[in-house]
Amino acid sequence: MKYVDEFRDPKVGAGIAAAIAAEARPGRHYQFMEFCGGHTHAISRSGLADLLPPNVRMVHGPGCPVCVLPIGRIDLAIGLATERGAIVCTYGDVLRVPASGETSLLRAKARGADVRMVYSPLDALRIARDHPMREVVFLAIGFETTTPPTALAIRAAAGEGLANFSVLCNHVLTPAAIMNILESPEVRELGSVPLDGFVGPAHVSTIIGSEPYRFFAEEYRKPVVIAGFEPLDVLQAVLMLVRQVNEGRAEVENEFTRAVTTDGNLRAQALVAEVFELRREFEWRGLGTVSYSALQVREAYGRWDAERRFGLQYRPVPDNKACECGAILRGLKRPVDCRLFGRACTPETPMGSCMVSSEGACAAHYSYGRYRDRGQAAGAARPAAAGT
Amino acid sequence: MSRVSRGLGRPLDLRSGRVDLSHGSGGRASAQLVEDLFLRAFDNEWLRVLDDQACLAPPPGRIVMATDSHVVTPLFFPGGDIGTLAVNGTVNDVAMSGARPLYLSAGFILEEGFPLADLKRIVDSMAAAAGAAGVAIVTGDTKVVEQGKGDGVFINTTGVGVLPPGVEISGRRARPGDAILVSGTIGDHGVAIMSRRENLEFETEVRSDCAALNGLVAAMLASGARLHVLRDPTRGGVATTLNEIARQSGVGMMLEESALPVDPAVAAACEFLGLDPLYVANEGKLLAICPAADAAALLAAMQAHPLGRRAARIGTVVQDPDQFVQMTTVLGGRRIVDWLAGEQLPRIC
Repeated sequence: MKYVDEFRDPKVGAGIAAAIAAEARPGRHYQFMEFCGGHTHAISRSGLADLLPPNVRMVHGPGCPVCVLPIGRIDLAIGLATERGAIVCTYGDVLRVPASGETSLLRAKARGADVRMVYSPLDALRIARDHPMREVVFLAIGFETTTPPTALAIRAAAGEGLANFSVLCNHVLTPAAIMNILESPEVRELGSVPLDGFVGPAHVSTIIGSEPYRFFAEEYRKPVVIAGFEPLDVLQAVLMLVRQVNEGRAEVENEFTRAVTTDGNLRAQALVAEVFELRREFEWRGLGTVSYSALQVREAYGRWDAERRFGLQYRPVPDNKACECGAILRGLKRPVDCRLFGRACTPETPMGSCMVSSEGACAAHYSYGRYRDRGQAAGAARPAAAGT
Repeated sequence: MSRVSRGLGRPLDLRSGRVDLSHGSGGRASAQLVEDLFLRAFDNEWLRVLDDQACLAPPPGRIVMATDSHVVTPLFFPGGDIGTLAVNGTVNDVAMSGARPLYLSAGFILEEGFPLADLKRIVDSMAAAAGAAGVAIVTGDTKVVEQGKGDGVFINTTGVGVLPPGVEISGRRARPGDAILVSGTIGDHGVAIMSRRENLEFETEVRSDCAALNGLVAAMLASGARLHVLRDPTRGGVATTLNEIARQSGVGMMLEESALPVDPAVAAACEFLGLDPLYVANEGKLLAICPAADAAALLAAMQAHPLGRRAARIGTVVQDPDQFVQMTTVLGGRRIVDWLAGEQLPRIC
């Protein structure tokens, strides 16, 4: 397939892998976090960890929008469908996210709730137009990539005076999450999890540009290399990170120049700013409450804000106590270190956020990499596995 | 002819008529539906008798029987419809034992209000598919459910075939060292269906691969290769089917990603839908597992058949107490090809 196969070329891949192996210093351990679930997915699906030397390890970050969506937010959406009779529309893998009381949107649907999978918020708009007597709620989730389409849908609904459409907004912000990880005591003070750098988001960066990462590079002395979602993009980014570390640099570099500019997509940014504003705080599954890390609908568009429209009150719901998602998302633990992993918690019956979507650290490891755990007891003393 | 003799009333309005509850009530309307539609399309000596059962002389050999209920949205899709699926799906289930499919039954559950013209189209497709596969639809049943209690039409078919002596094909017979072959490009059917789903319409030239595989199986058996396992990777795709076989046989598998035949249009559709062709359904492909020594002969026999032109050897059965299906990726890494968890849902990013 044109424009895809070029970025999966095994010969080029072997060349970059050889360069990484040659340039990674034998005595040093390199640990990089790929923030995005899209990168986690690419790394796992292409078996990239096998191409890296043992002293270069990837840590899967919290950039899987489905994974970080807390139980309480899903509960709100299920309540809208079951108690208010709304048609709830959302993206595919949100349907499976476990909510309170062993439910999920998929299970609510099986019990008669009108829950529909859409590929775009504009599909939800169409459903609202087709069902003028029903309330239609778009359960909006995602990082900066999926925010502009939601903004567009809200503006379109306002433009045509569509009274039965609203958005339950769960859009979250990448820089805030990266900051939260860098600020966590384990990473910042104890130094027990040396994160040597970040593979920066691909699609998110097409919107926000490369500039927002400069702060992390400078303030925290962490190199950031923005990379595309193809396997060779990731390999190339790892090589660039290894070079930065070796040379003592901490800069923002852009491997994904075919799509990402310094300033990003200014029109999309303006659109988002017109419709959304910062939320004072938002709960992230796995990370806890993070200040100014999410967006909410502005007052001016309040009619299309499901939280205002239905007077929704958010109630946090704690995860299972044994769940180690928080530690796994920070790179402190590996999936196999969790007592639930592969036993009570599997992709069929996810208990924690990291098992929900195939982009999550645990699900990716379970689905693509668990053969690596053979012959090892959970929690066995061993340098954390190179990626999954 | 007397006006009160044997007529069943006005002929069935196959242009603008609709199924109503009387078509399933067993009265004149039912009889008319059977005679004017089903019998006319499927006509054969057993059906013509109009008894409630078909009386068949048992052929020599072991009898193989399989049943399958068919529900699909949309009912009509590029490359086929629910009728072709209902015939080919069951013919293939019988054929995957190595048996020669002979007879089919057809049970229809129709929703009140379903256009008779659409039903005729489906029935004609079934007749054509049965003719192409060389099987007879020898008995059937029709029920009508109230509007809202069905999805247009559901079809159950049961197939009966006969197994020649000496053929022992089963999902339990994969052995370490065996070769894994697939008869052609994967994921075509699922992508063709998805391209016509209400909330997802996109333009593609991909057509369903829906086809009866008994001819291909006969050619494979005639090659003299020792066949251990045959299975058609329908729901859940190649990945799910291989995991089923690995579990049944207590073995592992190692696939080569670069050897998987995927049509570029299917690869592209999966790419933008966030799906993996390994998990997308096929309706005209089979997986074959045979001793490595016989693989070349089997592959040649498959490629010589019109339905196996793009057949490929995609992997090897290995010893593995964990029964993992693994794959060497195009980039040279390794990963598990796991069971499908729930439904394959598109990712957000």
